[in-house]
Amino acid sequence: MHLPISDKIELNILHQNSHQAEKNKIKFNNYNLLCLNIMSSPGAGKTRLLEITLEDLSKKFHSAVLEGDMTTNLDAARLEKLNIPVVPITTGRACHLDANMVSGGLKLLEKKINPDLLDILLVENVGNLVCPAEFEIGEHFKVALLSITEGEDKPLKYPIMFREADLILITKVDLLPHLNFDINELKSNIASTNPRANVIEISSITKSGFDLWQDWISKKILKFKNN
Amino acid sequence: MTKCLILSMEEWAEKKNKKKIVVEKINLKIGEFTCVEPISLINTFNAAVLGSWLDSSEITIETIPFEGKCSKCNRLYFPKKENGYKSPCCNFNLEEIISGRELKIASIDFKEK
Repeated sequence: MHLPISDKIELNILHQNSHQAEKNKIKFNNYNLLCLNIMSSPGAGKTRLLEITLEDLSKKFHSAVLEGDMTTNLDAARLEKLNIPVVPITTGRACHLDANMVSGGLKLLEKKINPDLLDILLVENVGNLVCPAEFEIGEHFKVALLSITEGEDKPLKYPIMFREADLILITKVDLLPHLNFDINELKSNIASTNPRANVIEISSITKSGFDLWQDWISKKILKFKNN
Repeated sequence: MTKCLILSMEEWAEKKNKKKIVVEKINLKIGEFTCVEPISLINTFNAAVLGSWLDSSEITIETIPFEGKCSKCNRLYFPKKENGYKSPCCNFNLEEIISGRELKIASIDFKEK
């Protein structure tokens, strides 16, 4: 046996994922397809948000969904009722989507539809406020949901998720009159963690805030298409 | 994260001829502002490599402090959750992160058989 050698490599542990994410992004760009990564804890309302959003959005823009779920296709089945292309990605024991899974999902999507015909791809990540924040998938923008039933402190407890997000949707705001919840404290905690994030208050029951959210998406699609 | 670490090690070893080396230490730099809990990474790595070519390797972790820069006065500071990550000097929100997002294999100590 020889003497020990130290190989100083300074290599990012996530470099393989980052490399695949970059390849995904190039593919999205070649298809002129805007990709949003939708993330939140379980039960914050991602699937319901997409159901309502796509009812209107799919009339204006050709839309598709990659639906990440750990063990079932229940959410994908809900979205398929909207008659848009939906590809379920079952992650098994993995608590997040990674760039390879999204690449696989995109290949399946390519069998359903020519992505050149699409304007927007919404990727619903697995419900989790930790790991999805670290794994790039090739998205153009990250959208994080936070429901008011989760508490004002969540941006401080899960800062990376809210730091990484381009847009934060505060969901279930119709429950505000029934809860001892300080939305200004939540907004202050969001601003502490991520002063640059856009924030929209939204309710899937009253549909309040959906106009702002739809407007945000539409502007992003049009700007992306015009670049 | 453990899977990503092992895949990175596999990729590194392919260039070295895996059969002719023994990895003694994998020296990581992990930032405080990441989703990685060092002890959990060590435990899951040790469990995952049992019986593999990395079985005898040891993980060492250098924790990189979470440091931000106050966007008002440019002073460096260590953001704290209790203070909402704001700068203690000017009470400004966390704009710029200087360090703490590292997830790196800094170096690998190995022997040739």
